[in-house]
This record gives sequence, structure tokens and C-alpha cells, in this order.
Amino acid sequence: MKKIIAKQEACMGCGLCEVYCTVQHSKSKDIVKAYNSEHPKPISRIRREVNKPVSFAIQCRHCEDAPCVTACLSGAMQKDGKTGEVTHNKDKCMGCWTCVMVCPYGALIMDKEGKVVAKCDLCQGIAEPACVANCPNQALVFKEVKA
Amino acid sequence: MAKYVIVGASAAGIAAVESIRKVDPVGEIVVITEETCAHYSRPMISDLVSGKADTQKMKCKTDSFWKENNAEARLGKKVVSLNITDKTVNLEDGEKIVYEKLLLATGGKPFVPKMEGQEKDGVFTFTTITDAQRLASKINSINAKSAVVIGAGLIGISVTEALVKRGLKVTVVELQEKILSLLLDAKASDIVEAVIRKAGVNFATGQSVQKIVGRPENEVAVGGVILTKGDQVQCDLVIVAIGVIPRTELVVGTTVKINRGIVVDNFMQTNVPDVYASGDVAEAFDFILNQNRLLPLWPLAVLEGRIAGYNMAGTKTTYAGGTNMSSLKYFGIPIVSIGLANPKDEPTLEVLVKQDPEHNVYKKLVLKNNVIVGMTFVNCIERVGILFNLMKKQVNVKKFKQELLRDDFGLAVLPVSLQRKMSVVQ
Repeated sequence: MKKIIAKQEACMGCGLCEVYCTVQHSKSKDIVKAYNSEHPKPISRIRREVNKPVSFAIQCRHCEDAPCVTACLSGAMQKDGKTGEVTHNKDKCMGCWTCVMVCPYGALIMDKEGKVVAKCDLCQGIAEPACVANCPNQALVFKEVKA
Repeated sequence: MAKYVIVGASAAGIAAVESIRKVDPVGEIVVITEETCAHYSRPMISDLVSGKADTQKMKCKTDSFWKENNAEARLGKKVVSLNITDKTVNLEDGEKIVYEKLLLATGGKPFVPKMEGQEKDGVFTFTTITDAQRLASKINSINAKSAVVIGAGLIGISVTEALVKRGLKVTVVELQEKILSLLLDAKASDIVEAVIRKAGVNFATGQSVQKIVGRPENEVAVGGVILTKGDQVQCDLVIVAIGVIPRTELVVGTTVKINRGIVVDNFMQTNVPDVYASGDVAEAFDFILNQNRLLPLWPLAVLEGRIAGYNMAGTKTTYAGGTNMSSLKYFGIPIVSIGLANPKDEPTLEVLVKQDPEHNVYKKLVLKNNVIVGMTFVNCIERVGILFNLMKKQVNVKKFKQELLRDDFGLAVLPVSLQRKMSVVQ
């Protein structure tokens, strides 16, 4: 399947991936409204990590044998057998944070307002995930990788 | 005659059906459960009481799950005995089913100690959807205003939150001096207790209930409890949430070996060939304690059931083991506790702690020979999974252990070699 890979040497730690992820997952898809007036507040599903001089951005790896799917108490987290994507159904999520406890990448975000988990959905419906498309230094690439 | 017979249709039973079907698409599977609604999320029963979830939301699989997996689910049926020699299970209605491979995924039942007055109307246990439905309808029918919850463990705290959300005044009675004592050390327990008290809950720790008393106008209905130290607490309901004990009754008197639970090897097989056990009824491997023991936790039941299924279907698969691991969401204070979170003083263990009392934040790591063997995180749990992974992989953290409790802890503080190994970056 196609996954988002971070190139550490190319990442400047600018955080634009977080901004574009937030906007893409907002209702309005408008940067000003997304940050200033939307409720519930849209949140980024990608996380920039900086430990100078190292920086990179991380989001759900859509693991083959995903610990979050096995551990999910409610059935909200599923592995799509066809696409390989790890999907999260917000309406089924009970906000128990068990997936947060077991994700080896710390890639599941706690939506504290909505009391459910938020995660990368690879920006379904658009050609390239927003974080990849808007990375100014091509530090994020969307490419085919072995499971 | 069925190739596979599974007794119990919760986490372990369901996971076994899935893994069997991955390797054997045709062998007949019969799943037998006493419950009339199978495939529901047991941990969600407190949300049913609080009103946050309905029975539809509680389903952890679709209704077509059994059909899609070509498995026959016998709902509302009770297995009353086993015949290990003839390889048959006997149902209450007289039916006998012969099996080739048997999985016992019978789970646990609530432990209820002997108490005077426990037969009174208004005393509940809290492990099944039926328990939750009964409790919810009782709250409505008597317009309950108060409750006593016996037990301040995971189940006790979850039902307490649900009752508080329904507007009940709750008193939690706990035999130990501290709440959540299996998960938290004294400091973490105090932080959590203070948060729950703020929500209006009373705690009576270091004691238990000696007697449940009736109402002045109706002796058979719950009116209150008398604690072992003599205090009386008035209440409309009593919920017994002390813990669960394995439902081993089917194998008592057979050659299947039982300790506290059913004893299994790393293939989830019992000492009797073709008989497997998984989930709350089984004593599976704990990779931190390096021994088999009861670990009645949903995610581990799934893992164990999956391993049992593979082995039953002939694909030899070893269980890597689990350990005590709990994530709690209640009263708005998230908690994660894993492995040796609250060990006794031991010279071989190193404990790292960081606190921020103002924000109810408490972080603790327990190391042995520079390998993480336990942790507790209160009100700051994002990215804990990275540490859990280091623990599972037994990574030596000597060179970067001071970084592990940083507020901005993440993958970036790990050595680059480790980041590459995890395919985080390239």
C-alpha cells in the first residue's frame, strides 16, 4: 500500500504539515475559520517532532498487524482488508485510550474535546495527503511500500 | 460433529473465529454462548448505564459477522458439561456436539463475597450487558438517588462514573487503603482519588461491607449498608465490583489442569490435546513476570483467542505473552498503567518519577537492568505507546533514560538507529 514516509534530513520542523492536516480535517477547509471559529476544534493527525538537530513528522503507519486494532475495546479501529488502511470510526469510539496506550509510534491523537481518538486517514478522496502536498521541502513523501 | 467448537462468544471466542477462518475457510465452526447478544464490547457496559452508548453502538462486530465468517452462533445456549474422552460438549437442552478441536473461552464471573442481605432487591454485579440493562432500568424504575459501589478497581470506578453521570450520589467502599491499588502506587492513587472526590464521590477505604440493610418500609429492598468499621451509609442500590473469577466449572472434575484459571501452554493449549483455553478463564503468559497468570483484560483475550484459533486450525503460532495493561478514561483524568507499575522496594529496580501536581500529572517508569518493566502515567498519556513498545522489545534505554519523562517526549529523542529500525524515517 501507499504510505507517508518522513525524510528526516529534509525536514525543517516548520510544522506546516500540522497546519494543512488541521485544515483538511476541518469542516470549512478554510485556514482562518478552522483555527479561529470552528467547533469542535479541528485537530491535526500528524505530529511534528523536534529534538534539534533532528526533526520529522509522524502519523499513523497503518501497520500490517496493527496493535491498535487488536486492542480496540469498541470495534472502532479496523484494518481494511482491501486497502490496508487502518480506519477509525469516530461514532463507535468510546474514548478509552487503549489504542493510545499500545501505538508504538504515539500516532493516535486524543481529541480531548470530542473525547475520542483522531488519526491519519490518508486524506481519503484527494490525490495526495495534505501534509505531503504542502510540505515545502518534500520531507514527506507518499509512496508504495511493502506492507 | 463440528470441527471447531468454541464455548464463549466474547473477545477470545470472536478472535478465534477470525484466525481459524484465515487458515481454514471451510471447517465447521460452532460457537456457543449463554448470552443472547454476542459480539458486544463488554468494557462499554458502563456507557450503556450512563446513556452514552446504546446496544447498537456497543456491538464490536457487525451483525453479519457470524455469517461472513461462516460460523454458527448458538446464542442463549448453555453448555452444562464436557466429556473429554468422547470429545463432546453437552448443552442444557440435551443436545450433544462432538468436536475435533475445542476452545474454552468462558470468561469470568463476578466475585461476590458472603454478605448479610446480599439477596435484597437492588444488589447488582457488573460484568455483562444484561447486568448493565438491569441496573439502568432499576435506576429508572425506583428513581434511584444513591448507590454504594463495593470495589475501587477498574470495574468499580467505571460503574461509579456512569452512576454519577446519571445523577446518583455514590459511595465507593474499598478493602485496600488506596483506590485502584492494582494499577497505581499511593501517590498516583491519591491524585486520582482527589479528582473523583471533586465529582462528588465519597470513598470509604480500608474496609468492606458487613451487611446490606433493607428499607424501613420495605425490608426486601436495599436501603443502605453497614461498613465493617460500623458506619452506616444510606443507599438505593449496591453494586458489587470486587473482581472476576475464572469460569472453570466446565472442566472441574475432568483431566484438564486448573490452577486459579485453566492452565495453558504458549499455544493456548491445555494439558489435554485438542482442548484450548483463552481469555479471562485462562492463565496465559506474562512476559514481565515471566510466568503464567490470570490477566482478565479485553485486548489480551483477543490476542490469546487469535493464537488459539491459529493453533486449532493447524498453523502453529506462539503467544508472545501479555502483561497487566490498563487505560482508564474515567472522570476526565486519563490513566495508563502497565507491567510492574507499583512494585515493592527491590534493589534491582530503578524508579524514575516526574510530577506536576498543579495539573494532576504523574509519570513513573520502572526499570530493571536499564529495560523498562513498568510504568504509570496520569493525565499525560499521549505517546505512552512508544514507551510500551520499548518495554515489549526490551530495548536497553541506558543512554537516553533521562529523556523518557520529558514533557516533549517522542520518537525524536530515540537514537536514530532505533528510529530507522521502526521505519519512522528513512
